[in-house]
Amino acid sequence: MLTMTAETSGKILCVRLTGELDHYYSEQVKEFVESEMEANQTQHLIWNLEQLSFMDSSGLGVVLGRYRQVNEMGGSVTVCGLNTQVKRLFQLSGLFKIMYFEKTEQDALRRLEGSSCKMS
Amino acid sequence: MQNVMNLSFNALGENEAFARVAVASFAAKLNPTMDDLAELKTAVSEAVTNAIIHGYDSNPAGIVYITASIDDGEIDVVVRDEGKGIHNIDQAKEPLFTTKPEMERAGMGFTIMEHFTDLLEIESSTSSGTVVRFKKRLADKRVRCV
Ligand SMILES: Nc1ncnc2c1ncn2[C@@H]1O[C@H](COP(=O)(O)OP(=O)(O)OP(=O)(O)O)[C@@H](O)[C@H]1O
Ligand SMILES: [Mg+2]
Repeated sequence: MLTMTAETSGKILCVRLTGELDHYYSEQVKEFVESEMEANQTQHLIWNLEQLSFMDSSGLGVVLGRYRQVNEMGGSVTVCGLNTQVKRLFQLSGLFKIMYFEKTEQDALRRLEGSSCKMS
Repeated sequence: MQNVMNLSFNALGENEAFARVAVASFAAKLNPTMDDLAELKTAVSEAVTNAIIHGYDSNPAGIVYITASIDDGEIDVVVRDEGKGIHNIDQAKEPLFTTKPEMERAGMGFTIMEHFTDLLEIESSTSSGTVVRFKKRLADKRVRCV
């Protein structure tokens, strides 16, 4: 089972996933996040994976796919709340090198909102 | 004594969770650590997903076969399909290699299986399909370390 919710704060979209993300749910996550990003004109994307108990390479594909979209528009992707298993998947695939990682959603928001204040 | 379990199911995405949970429950009697169990589930999920989306090109009529056996603290898992087979196994095992980039595949399945198991073997032919086999030691780890 997988459930997902999203919350926006300005140009920041935070997606929270609960449960298990595999091939069966990956298309749903892609469609959900894409429509939220379009509706909110998202610039920066935060994945809160605190409640994600399982993920496989299908999840890496979805995260990487959204990274490409956000990156093209000059935005950033932050991932937070990784458990041991999920963290190893990100390490193996080299995603730690291209995305931001934070312990909590608050940490991620603080950094993003801090930098957007400086810009304006 | 060896203890063997067999499963077969249609190539449907909704069966992936069932398959990895079934193998993990079967392995539970070895009293594995949470991390080892998570790694085992991930390896099963990768092999089953590959059988479904690559072997059978997501045709649900295809059947995925799993045999798991436990012997001497180790689990041996075989995931088999009778699908289209792998042309070049060495290339398929390379990190980031995928033949389905349009499906947003990361090309990381075999790399993850290699890292999360103790031994990975792949046999494939374009006439009979693909057999992925891996072993993972689950019991006695703490004892063996000291
Ligand atoms: N059971 C199979 N039958 C046919 N081809 C396969 C099978 N398993 C793997 N392959 C081939 O090997 C390639 C690499 O597999 P791997 O699991 O590493 O990556 P992927 O499935 O393409 O992407 P990811 O696993 O990251 O979602 C696949 O793209 C596919 O061409
Ligand atoms: Mg794969």
